[in-house]
Amino acid sequence: MNSYFGRRYVIAGIFIVFILVLLARLFYIQVVDDRYYLYAQNNVIRRLIQYPARGPILDRNGKIMVENERVYDITVVPKQVKAFDTVEFCKLLNIDKDGFDKRIIKARKYSPYRSSVFEKQISAQQYASFQERLSEFPGFDAVQRPVRTYPDSSAAQFLGYIGEATDAIIKRSNGYYNPGDYVGITGVEKSYENVLRGQRGVRNMLYDSHNVPKGVYANGAYDTAAVAGDRLISSLDTKIQKLGEKLMQNKIGSIVAIEPSTGEILCFVSTPTYDPNLLVGKERGHNAGILYKDPYKPFFVRPIQAYYPPGSSFKPLSALVAMQEGVITPQTIYHCPGYYIAGNRRVKCFHGEVHGDVNLASAVAHSCNGYFDMVFERLVNRMGGGRKTDTAYNNWRNNVAKFGLGSRLHLDLPAENRGNLPKASYYDKMYGKNGWRSSTVISLAIGQGELLATPLQLANIEATIANRGFYYKPHLIKSIGDQRVIRKEYTEKNYVGIDSQYFNPVINGMQNVVEFGTASSSKIPGIIMCGKTGTVEVKNKGDNSVFVAFAPRDNPKIAIAVVVENSGQGATWAAPIASFIVEQYLKGSISKRASGIYPEYYINKNLLPEIPGSPAEKARQRADSLRRVKRDSLKKAAADTAKKQIELKAATNKQATKTQERSIAMLPKRRDDE
Amino acid sequence: MNNQRSFFFNVDWLTVLIYLALCTIGWFNIHAAVYDETKTSIFDLSTEYGKQLIYIISALIIGIVILLLESRFLTALAPAFYVITVLLLLAVLVVGRNVGGNQAWIDLGGGFRLQPSEFAKFATCLLLARYLSSTNVKVTEFKSFLIAGGIILLPMILIKLQPDDGSTLVFCSLIFVLYREGLSGYFLIVVGLVATLFVLALLVNVWFIVVGLVALAVMLLLMLRRSRQLSVGLVIGLVACIGFVFVVKPLYYNGLKKHQRARIDEVLGLNNDKRGVGYNQNQSKIAIGSGRVWGKGYLQGTQTKYSFVPAQSTDFIFCTVGEEWGFAGSITVLGLYLFLLLRIIVIAERQRSPFSRIYGYGVASIIFCHVTINIAMAIGYMPVIGIPLPFISYGGSSLWSFTTLLFILLKLDSNRMGINYA
Repeated sequence: MNSYFGRRYVIAGIFIVFILVLLARLFYIQVVDDRYYLYAQNNVIRRLIQYPARGPILDRNGKIMVENERVYDITVVPKQVKAFDTVEFCKLLNIDKDGFDKRIIKARKYSPYRSSVFEKQISAQQYASFQERLSEFPGFDAVQRPVRTYPDSSAAQFLGYIGEATDAIIKRSNGYYNPGDYVGITGVEKSYENVLRGQRGVRNMLYDSHNVPKGVYANGAYDTAAVAGDRLISSLDTKIQKLGEKLMQNKIGSIVAIEPSTGEILCFVSTPTYDPNLLVGKERGHNAGILYKDPYKPFFVRPIQAYYPPGSSFKPLSALVAMQEGVITPQTIYHCPGYYIAGNRRVKCFHGEVHGDVNLASAVAHSCNGYFDMVFERLVNRMGGGRKTDTAYNNWRNNVAKFGLGSRLHLDLPAENRGNLPKASYYDKMYGKNGWRSSTVISLAIGQGELLATPLQLANIEATIANRGFYYKPHLIKSIGDQRVIRKEYTEKNYVGIDSQYFNPVINGMQNVVEFGTASSSKIPGIIMCGKTGTVEVKNKGDNSVFVAFAPRDNPKIAIAVVVENSGQGATWAAPIASFIVEQYLKGSISKRASGIYPEYYINKNLLPEIPGSPAEKARQRADSLRRVKRDSLKKAAADTAKKQIELKAATNKQATKTQERSIAMLPKRRDDE
Repeated sequence: MNNQRSFFFNVDWLTVLIYLALCTIGWFNIHAAVYDETKTSIFDLSTEYGKQLIYIISALIIGIVILLLESRFLTALAPAFYVITVLLLLAVLVVGRNVGGNQAWIDLGGGFRLQPSEFAKFATCLLLARYLSSTNVKVTEFKSFLIAGGIILLPMILIKLQPDDGSTLVFCSLIFVLYREGLSGYFLIVVGLVATLFVLALLVNVWFIVVGLVALAVMLLLMLRRSRQLSVGLVIGLVACIGFVFVVKPLYYNGLKKHQRARIDEVLGLNNDKRGVGYNQNQSKIAIGSGRVWGKGYLQGTQTKYSFVPAQSTDFIFCTVGEEWGFAGSITVLGLYLFLLLRIIVIAERQRSPFSRIYGYGVASIIFCHVTINIAMAIGYMPVIGIPLPFISYGGSSLWSFTTLLFILLKLDSNRMGINYA
């Protein structure tokens, strides 16, 4: 047997080799390969995100505009679900058996072992009755989750709404947001997202293989606490905001009111509006669908996204620029025959009114188109007209641009529009180089043509006039957080390049507008309001009613712009509405007016145009076109008669001349402003 | 007295030391595996570590008793032990308690139970040693080989009926004993070859293997040109191999039970079901791998503490070692085992009596088999087979059985200077 003595080495060798192979493998998985460590961490550690409370938003007087309300998500871990009274369960949650099955299948698909949301956002009351029976439903649990709530149901477009982060937002956030997170989608909720959202915390919890929590990982050494979002104090005044929304209900348009001494926006109405509470809770999807389909586009933020020709409300600015450039003085007299001849066209005053000799103040007060056409021509032809037109024009344009027209004011809301203030090159493209003269673009003189401004820009012009030459950047958030941080850019004056001495004559005119001019019916007892009406024709629809103003005349507290689309003259709708807002803000109540106007009339008036494409609208259009054909033929007949009369009786008959004038004025297809 | 003292000095204390070290390591890791913050007393008999402490103490008593026994008694009673074990193995098939699909336990009452298959190990070793050491018995002779094989096969078959695949496999390791005593080395080669071809046939296209085998055979033929006999043997071997390769798959898919096949598939990577069949092994690998170099520290293993690893105090106890003590722990434990195995070979080889030597190799083979299979399974090198890690895994039967196995050798060794009883 000793002949096999050497075999012990073979056996020992085999033992050694096997053990070494095992050690090599152990070396690999324990030392070389890091994956297993991560796997083990993933097995036991759940990073539970602690959601901070979103910051509330208050109005300028500390009244809450939006805060958080508690609702509850019901979660389920499918593996832990045992037999229970499904009927009772469904009754508590207000769902049916099919809905129950569908939700369970969905949860199981996600993961049988991990908890997922079974039913979203049940109310606190519903939760109370559910919670009492929770122990009877193993596998189910309730998680608290705050949602937004709006006690006043107002200022929807200003506040905006929050929603689940979209794929695009998640991608852009570099991993900050996860699917299911809520982020601001529009309004202040979006523009101040970084401040409102606070800081998320993380709790690292240990879970065993049965998904039973086993306490905190590493005694919380890697945990971070959630920090609640900052409180925002808005510049809005809820009282006039709500009054504005009421006055503007069933109308399309905007109100923007600014405190001139700070640039704080006091009132930011966009109508038609909606109740922001509609976009919270279980019915959110359904309600959002209805709102998106609404033809009056309630999500459209009209004060910054809609733009209109400012019309006559532009005239004060025009006068200021002209004085600064030295082409007129307050005493410059213009004789208004009821029209103005620019090149080969004739621009008439509103309703063909003859103003006679007017100076600056009276031209503003009576909105004399002729005066401002004259002013504009002087400015643009200052260098002799002709080939120098575009240089002079650009000079005019630059002066106007300083007031914030044609560019964004960078309001602290997303998606602001810049309006339009055309450059010379714009007209070069339109008419060819040197193919245009002051007369070609004469409409600009009275705020029409290609000139477009948002209501915010209009209000900002008034704030500038109120300040006699500068404005603060308009903004909606007064201060951020408990420290009441104010952004530096909101404390800087922006000068518009007009010397202060030129403001008085213009302001005199504007005061007259309200005292005895176009807006005299909107005069507020005891307050000197300076304003300007505007009536802007819209093709195939009713005129836009515009009114801009500030008050009181000395040490102004509020500057305002009101636009009511397709309603009529500026003095009819926009001016009274503005006067109510101003009075409410300055006096805290609305007094009886000499003209007899009162808010309820405006609140109850429905000025919504027919929905485009609706049967009612089509019927009206058909009737309109018939009437137009009839009218045109009548007019032709009248003109013919007039011509005959001229031929027969010579051109001294005043009546006939007037008729003729009217018919000629009709030809350029532009009915000009007041 | 003098006699007694020399006896104790003759005990191989180095082996006893390794034994104690492994038992201690075992106890601490069982403690960690079932650790529960609410139960702090280590003597709590309702816990596994409390019980294990009793098992260890009783195992030590058993060891001392064995050392005090007469060696002659062990050799003389070898057949009796064997017969009793076989009877117990038969009994367990009838009255046994089924735990986890294996009918391997006989209830003794009071929460204690007996696992006859554990005792079959040393009983078989003893009888095998007794038989092979008798005069006129040579493994090289066919008749002796058959009888020796029969001694091993009988308990194997009975255990397979339970069915306890792990323990059955352990008896195969006794081939090392036969090899040491003269069995042709070709047997080992054949076993190795069969295992390799089995795995290859499942993983690789059969025709690739055939081409490889033929190429290998041609190469060997060219080298062994001179020996005609060898060449003939080689060709026969080649044909047998090719034949085997072709029957592997049908055998595999028809001969094995579904769960066995699934476990093998998992190890070979033919299937990847980390949540189902592969869950245990995957979690075990994660536990061990997550220990990194120095481990997470005593009682800090999350995989084991939070019950991601199943059977963590018994078959998967090595997970706790790997997770809490890291590669340092792995190398210590495996080092101790290797040292123990080599020490046993040294002890076996220094025996004058063939009986002691043969028995020693039996002990080494069985411990080796347990260690490699258990750890290979824990790190995903072998399909899941339920066998304990010697001296470390929780369980009285296994600890007593390994203690008996080892201490009988120590007893025989302490008498090596004395008379040759065989």
